[in-house]
Amino acid sequence: MGKIKIHANPPKIDMTPMVDLFFLLLVFFILTATFRPQEAVMVDTPSSVSNTTTPEKHIITLTISRDNMVFFNVDNGVDTSEHLRGKILQAMGKQFSVRFTPEEIKRFEGMNSFALPMDRLKAWINEKDSEVRDGMHLGMPMDSTDNQLQYWIRMSRIYYPEFDVAIKGDAAADYKQVKKVIDILQDNNVNKFNLTTNLESVEISMENL
Amino acid sequence: MAEIIQNEGGKQKGKKRSKRHSTHIDMTPMVDLACLLLTFFMLTTAFSKAKVMEIVLPEKVKDPKTAKAPEVDDKRALNIILVEGDKVLWYNGLANPAKPPLPTLNVTDFSDEGIRRVLLQRNKDLFIQIEEMNIAVTAGTLKLSNDTITARRKKMMTKDVIGPVVLIKAADNVKYRNIVDIIDEMAITNIARYALIDINDVEKKMVADYLAATGSNAASNK
Repeated sequence: MGKIKIHANPPKIDMTPMVDLFFLLLVFFILTATFRPQEAVMVDTPSSVSNTTTPEKHIITLTISRDNMVFFNVDNGVDTSEHLRGKILQAMGKQFSVRFTPEEIKRFEGMNSFALPMDRLKAWINEKDSEVRDGMHLGMPMDSTDNQLQYWIRMSRIYYPEFDVAIKGDAAADYKQVKKVIDILQDNNVNKFNLTTNLESVEISMENL
Repeated sequence: MAEIIQNEGGKQKGKKRSKRHSTHIDMTPMVDLACLLLTFFMLTTAFSKAKVMEIVLPEKVKDPKTAKAPEVDDKRALNIILVEGDKVLWYNGLANPAKPPLPTLNVTDFSDEGIRRVLLQRNKDLFIQIEEMNIAVTAGTLKLSNDTITARRKKMMTKDVIGPVVLIKAADNVKYRNIVDIIDEMAITNIARYALIDINDVEKKMVADYLAATGSNAASNK
């Protein structure tokens, strides 16, 4: 008699607003997501005060790693209908008499920077395991006797003359190697470069002058 | 959990049960999935894009016989030689072996009080001119668009006739970081004219002599 009833089921919380918010955020992140492409090599770029952003498309990126290997990448941005990478690869294949199948060209279009001589490129394209693939890089040949980097730049500029060039060097890379890359670019009449850097702000007070 | 609650209280007795079942949909898995995706997209999104520093180099001289290197005024020239170990050597004027004595090398570093002080001292007028414009813009007394600011800055730089002409040279074994740092210093101190050039033999000798002298000093101090 007169027993106190204990509610068996816990009070219900209305989660609808929370779920609404979740979906809103989810949609926002899906739409703004730009995926960071998998880099072939980790590079620790030096810092500068420059606040200009990297061009998004039509850019040749020359990465110089800590151990002075030069990686080449050519990027036509989100719009892949131009098939620039494929065309450049075909032209390079013709130049160095290496035949690429249509499948290989298609695979290459979705790939990233590489540091390989032409005769090793085929094996790299066909390698399925990404870890093995990243271990294959030997460095781009760029001596005066076998200057393949020069050909890559030249072929890229034949298909699209307005390519921007970004040099992404590791802070600990030797300047000599960077200078060599710059010289090759200047031989191809590229005199304007973008050096990829991290942003760092600097303040100078006028009183100290 | 999130439920749609239908009030059907007290109407069940005696009446024929309608086909409408209560629509309790368990939304938990959906919410879980949404949470998971949300976390995934938040973590993979790259918000900060990489920044670039733009440099324009003079066109390479194709034929050394016909082309002449641009002349630099002796009074305005400021030479910076980068050497191994983050050290910066600098001297005023030009090193001409035909006109001895050779200028003396000064040593400094990349700190705020190092090469930046040297450059600011030499580029004082232009720096103050540009800085005053920037301060006026941030204070709101001067209303200009970003493009106009860049254009004005460029104009001030081209008009500059007393500031230094900085010649940047790198000795062997210099790391890429040092080059970016020194170009960055040019941007910070608003230097109008600078160039990256190869080190010549006279300077190579000067650096070698300097390093030998400081090396022996260090040895004698011990």
